Amino acid sequence: MRGSRLPPAGGVPRIAPLSGPADGRLAILQHDVLVIGAGLAGMRAAIEAQRNGADVAVISKVHPVRSHSNAAQGGINAALGRVEGDTWEVHAEDTVKGSDWLGDQDSIEIMARDAGENILELEHMGVVFNRDKDGRLAVRSFGGASKQRTFFVADFTGQAMLHVLYEQLLKSGVRIYEEWFVTSLIVENGTCGGVVALEIRTGRVEAIRAKAVILCVGGIGRVYEPSTNALICTGDGIAQAYRVGAPVMDMEMIQYHPTTLKSNGALITEGARGEGATLVNSKGERFLSNPRYGTTNKMELASRDVISRAEQIEINEGRGVDGCVLLDCRHLGEKLIREKLSQIREMGLDFANVDIVKAPIPIRPGMHYIMGGIKTDSEGQTKVPGLYAAGECACVSVHGANRLGANSLLDTIVFGRRSGAHAAKAAKGMSLPAVPETRADLDRKHIEELKARRGGEPSARIRLEMGRLMNDRVSVFRDKAGLEGALEKLRELKSRGKRISLTDRGTVFNTDLIFALELDFMLDVAETIVASALFRAESRGAHTRMDFPKRDDEKWLKHTLASWTPDGPKMDTLPVTITRWPPKERKY
Amino acid sequence: MKATLIVRRYDPESGKPPYDQTYTVAVGESEVVLDALIKIREEQDGSLALRCSCRSAICGSCAMNMNGHPGLACKTKVAALSPHGEPVQVGPGGNLPVIKDLVVDMGPFWSKVRQVTPWLRPGAPPPANEEYRVPNERMLDLSGMMACIMCGACVMACTVLEAEQGQGGKPDEGFLGPAALAKALRFVGDPRDGTSRERLEALMGGGGIWDCTHCFECVQRCPKGVAPMDRILELRRRAVDAGFTDHNGVRHAQAFVDSIRKHGQLDENYLARKSVTFGELFQMMPVALRMLLAGKMPPMFPHNLPGDSREDVKRIFEAMEEEKPA
Ligand SMILES: Cc1cc2nc3c(=O)[nH]c(=O)nc-3n(C[C@H](O)[C@H](O)[C@H](O)COP(=O)(O)OP(=O)(O)OC[C@H]3O[C@@H](n4cnc5c(N)ncnc54)[C@H](O)[C@@H]3O)c2cc1C
Ligand code: SF4
Ligand code: SF4
Ligand code: FES
Repeated sequence: MRGSRLPPAGGVPRIAPLSGPADGRLAILQHDVLVIGAGLAGMRAAIEAQRNGADVAVISKVHPVRSHSNAAQGGINAALGRVEGDTWEVHAEDTVKGSDWLGDQDSIEIMARDAGENILELEHMGVVFNRDKDGRLAVRSFGGASKQRTFFVADFTGQAMLHVLYEQLLKSGVRIYEEWFVTSLIVENGTCGGVVALEIRTGRVEAIRAKAVILCVGGIGRVYEPSTNALICTGDGIAQAYRVGAPVMDMEMIQYHPTTLKSNGALITEGARGEGATLVNSKGERFLSNPRYGTTNKMELASRDVISRAEQIEINEGRGVDGCVLLDCRHLGEKLIREKLSQIREMGLDFANVDIVKAPIPIRPGMHYIMGGIKTDSEGQTKVPGLYAAGECACVSVHGANRLGANSLLDTIVFGRRSGAHAAKAAKGMSLPAVPETRADLDRKHIEELKARRGGEPSARIRLEMGRLMNDRVSVFRDKAGLEGALEKLRELKSRGKRISLTDRGTVFNTDLIFALELDFMLDVAETIVASALFRAESRGAHTRMDFPKRDDEKWLKHTLASWTPDGPKMDTLPVTITRWPPKERKY
Repeated sequence: MKATLIVRRYDPESGKPPYDQTYTVAVGESEVVLDALIKIREEQDGSLALRCSCRSAICGSCAMNMNGHPGLACKTKVAALSPHGEPVQVGPGGNLPVIKDLVVDMGPFWSKVRQVTPWLRPGAPPPANEEYRVPNERMLDLSGMMACIMCGACVMACTVLEAEQGQGGKPDEGFLGPAALAKALRFVGDPRDGTSRERLEALMGGGGIWDCTHCFECVQRCPKGVAPMDRILELRRRAVDAGFTDHNGVRHAQAFVDSIRKHGQLDENYLARKSVTFGELFQMMPVALRMLLAGKMPPMFPHNLPGDSREDVKRIFEAMEEEKPA
């Protein structure tokens, strides 16, 4: 009866075969466009590249729906005019202000202008966005936005979008290399010609050639401990791009989210405050009404950097509760919480033993997002020809020194799509860049050496030391001494990292090996973050230097740029693009 | 507190069969099985293989068996499994081939999801420059299914799949299973999809919606409240409403109702006669004979119900039919 089922409309989806031909060797793996990462940015890029006629493959270290885009709860921004007077220009202006004027305004304009069309397309693909009473897409409030323009699916917007894009990916028939871990980028004669990757299930290491490679590898959260990010957010691709000569930009811009749980660092969506939840200190005061924080107008809906700083000051000055402040949802009522915030209620019960319907929940600022990343232009191109980047790993830059909530999903969709289209067009009429046949042997040898090494530390120990160090010294408040100390400590961790050894020396599903490879990438990422934070001698957005407490437009209305050298990152600056919104004082 | 975990391990490269390994770790009161496993991996034994990522019941990576039942390791508190410090049994989820330790091959799971044509097939081109207008209730209902994180816990628990595989069935054949069918309803129930009839028709065959035995396991094990069995029942209702009645399952359900309407109780012989075709009934004779010999055969004529019970049941039916929405 199986035969009576519907034939798939887009042709039978191809799946990466479990094992190669009988002689154990794979057919040569090559594609026009190879997308690394199957989160929202990656899947959107792949779908667009295929629409533009390219032979496309996606490669991901986890199954696509396990990607971290899942975690986005709150929503995605677009000015579709749902509220009187909202236009893409207002959205762009909010974003510029949110970025503390560090975002590039040409890119911000593109993102805000393309937003509406992209949301509608997602809806047409099948995303089950919440509706208003007329059956039209509903909006909610979000931090830093002057109008309501956040579209949402209850409190699991990212998951709902990710699963629908996966549906579309299956429909497209794009080849998916599932649970393949990219170990390095292939760059020959200055051009990117593919990747080397390890199939986790079989342990084999292969070169996959491509005319264009799009990095959509997501964030770097695990460089910090704790973090709201999933365990897979290790910034592999950022380090890989950096190592082959693509500079990284504004890496010091790390967002601390104002509402994370103490127990495991998990996030309570800004959507909760969007729906009206309030922040109070141990005395029961809504401390954001204190004029010293510059938040008296928007209160709980001010920008994240501003609120996280306020919370940290409350906690530091002794008005916290066990290292936290309180988020109060009780007045929202059980019905609203059930319909719109069900997942966070579940999380409160699971991880904090608090029912948000009945009691305020303790929260604190926690590492959440990196605004910086691989420097790209608005088509996703990096400095290395043939290498693109989009999504959280990229820095276009639309988020500048502070990302607005619900702008990141938008970033992944808009720039994922643009880079997919550009890469497909560029690949047309181009031949595959030459790659030496023995290229994959370099990575094979590295892995064999790692497995053969005995008597070293486990990678986890170094990762935890690094994470705590970053959370201590490179968090909401920073200063020169702390950063210099961190840099020194990181160098020590890097040299210890070169001597780690594994417990698992097998080939099949060796997660011990994967963690060791990830640690190596994370240490590089950490180093660029600290070096950039040390370099930027001012306070802007998420970057607060106690020793330079003011924003300094004269000297620092600039991006920081870090390039790889054998002796560590080389720092530079780049001008910020201002189109129509000159810098002003930032108040909410 | 100290927790003892007995972990079922398997290394395909060792040539050895699966074995149990016992670990002792310190865990906090609100810590979950995944916390314990991560500690083991980081502090004691880096060779333990498992999938995990989000630590917050969102990515669907960490479904496995704990004390014999599948669930998410990141959502299951150690204290709940072991209130008095009893050892906790941890193993790979069932009904799927094991790759290594706690890692199973999700290939069969996904191949079944792909069989329900898991993407929207709009009936007409989408409206220009705007969204489809759809009542919020319909979307909220669909979000109940979109809440599925494809973790596979329901499939690991499904008794039909277990029985099929017990009889030598392959994991990627036979019953589509709870997750794929819940996914099917996500499209059948989507007002934007133009192919719900075709979808329902495709689910009428063997391995489709009529193969579920309503054992409730999937409902109980699903960590996201998707209640796959309820979704399967909903698909059945829609299939019958759409006129797809040529199936033993439909006849069985109809006979069930008829029997109760008529006799006020279940007449199992009537059920069998009505549920299957004559040929199939004939084939069932050996089973019936064995049942008779074993004294398991239901009585040929149902017992009479005391007093007015029969009339009461009739009245219940009448009341229900009046209330039934048009
Ligand atoms: C808890 C939480 C809540 C959030 N809420 C919101 C919100 O409400 N609104 C909003 O706009 N944003 C939100 N964000 C931010 C947003 O979710 C992310 O920035 C965004 O989803 C990142 O998407 P991405 O496609 O760039 O990367 P990801 O979804 O992280 O995908 C990365 C992909 O790269 C792959 N990969 C990585 N390394 C390798 C390698 N070495 N080899 C092969 N594959 C690799 C991974 O497998 C994965 O598929 C939230 C973030 C968090 C943590
Ligand atoms: S109710 Fe049906 S689908 Fe669910 S576990 Fe039981 S047999 Fe399987
Ligand atoms: S229905 Fe529930 S148990 Fe089954 S895959 Fe989905 S979330 Fe997991
Ligand atoms: S780790 Fe993601 S569901 Fe458990």
